[in-house]
Amino acid sequence: MQQPQATPPPAAPPLLLEQALQLLAHSGRPAPSGEAGSTPWLQELIDALVDLSSRDALTGLANRRSFELALAREVDRVARSGEPALLLMLDIDHFKRVNDRFGHAAGDAVLRSVATALVDSVRPMDLVARVGGEEFAIILPNCAAAFGATVAERVRRRVERSPVMAGPAGTAVDVTISIGGAFAPQWVRSTPALWVERADQQLYRAKALGRNLVQLEEGAASLVSSEERQALFDTHPGFEGQDD
Amino acid sequence: MTEAAARKARIMAVTSGKGGVGKTFVAANLAAALARLGERVLVLDADLGLANLDVVLNLFPKITLHDVFTGRCALDEAILPAPGGFSVLLAGSGMVEYSRMTPELREQLQQVVAEVATRFDRVLLDTGAGISDVVLYTVSLADEVLVVATPEPTSITDAYATVKVLAVTQGRRELRLLVNQVRRAGEGRSVHAQLQQVLDRYVVPTLDERLRLDLLGEVPVDSAVRDAVQRRELLLQAMPGAAASQALVGVATRLSDAAS
Repeated sequence: MQQPQATPPPAAPPLLLEQALQLLAHSGRPAPSGEAGSTPWLQELIDALVDLSSRDALTGLANRRSFELALAREVDRVARSGEPALLLMLDIDHFKRVNDRFGHAAGDAVLRSVATALVDSVRPMDLVARVGGEEFAIILPNCAAAFGATVAERVRRRVERSPVMAGPAGTAVDVTISIGGAFAPQWVRSTPALWVERADQQLYRAKALGRNLVQLEEGAASLVSSEERQALFDTHPGFEGQDD
Repeated sequence: MTEAAARKARIMAVTSGKGGVGKTFVAANLAAALARLGERVLVLDADLGLANLDVVLNLFPKITLHDVFTGRCALDEAILPAPGGFSVLLAGSGMVEYSRMTPELREQLQQVVAEVATRFDRVLLDTGAGISDVVLYTVSLADEVLVVATPEPTSITDAYATVKVLAVTQGRRELRLLVNQVRRAGEGRSVHAQLQQVLDRYVVPTLDERLRLDLLGEVPVDSAVRDAVQRRELLLQAMPGAAASQALVGVATRLSDAAS
């Protein structure tokens, strides 16, 4: 096959900038302030574009791209710091039915409503992402194994209790999600792909067991129980008057 | 087979649970101290995914373990002299593909360790941070295990978890402990006592057997260490008189005596 012709240098930059500005305007973001074309103006424009390209257009959550970046960072961090982290994979139950029965606009409303419920049920430091059609993921850094089930259950209930007024004539559509979770156990170096795979397996289990359920990987819980941890430090003479 | 060829090195894994406790620093300087005592020592950088022994020793290796694994180079070519009179086998940084254990990697590591064991008196396996399958497998190749910890709570917890995992999954009943960065003399002893006590209470009952953590020694916090690390020099060479240097020589002497 013939090599494609080298593309000519991009046309006048202002044209691309115009497109960038249109993208921003379309997403409801303000145009950069200051003198057009100046460095601060360009920086603001780039910042806005970065933000735009890391978000899911429909829900405003982190998109798959930024989820993958954040996941890789978290894997590194966990291996070095020893802080446990939890990954939840979530999937809206019977989403196709909502679409089929009430139409795609209703489906979009459900996605947005679930997104809001997810964000509202976790800490600001947690990353909530939309990673596929009706698939979401949450990365919870520094989440102790003992709290994993509680957090995941809170997320599940929050969605269950947030009906979406997307049915005919504004009636409520009941929405539930299934959640699978896996810890990146303390000090264990894993790979992002492996971590997602483990959480996904739990999600399949939650689906198979009847949906609207949380399933967390067992055995990956902390190696050290809170009782052992307490015993390690309760009477430790080294931690009193250490600054002497 | 000649007697010399049949002789087998003592293989000691140096591990820590958590990163950042000075594990590689300890391995390198311990190797230098052991070399001074007349031992032929090799340090194998088994932190395959995130190697840093080369950084600690300021080496820029052209040939690494990766080349041996891929068959590009012979093992002999990859064994390099390090400052301090010992030898190193470096992993080279960024071998991300080795962050997960595969049957091939298992075999390659095992072969390399078996091979070097015939050529040295002692082999130190500087494992990666964390208790990954790669780390656990590397440790399983060793005759003995040295756990490096600091008096920090997270490090103590990690050391405890490491000992627990190794006792349960590898049947280890005797492990050594080195407490790094102690702020006062005797702090290592109290860290050790606490660990042993909690192990006796929570782990030993599940084993129906004794589990002994031997305190090999403690190394004090010493500004000389930071200086040497920043200058990428061996502490033992840069500042042999520093308190931390002397402590490491003491540790090496105990190790060497225990072996003979």
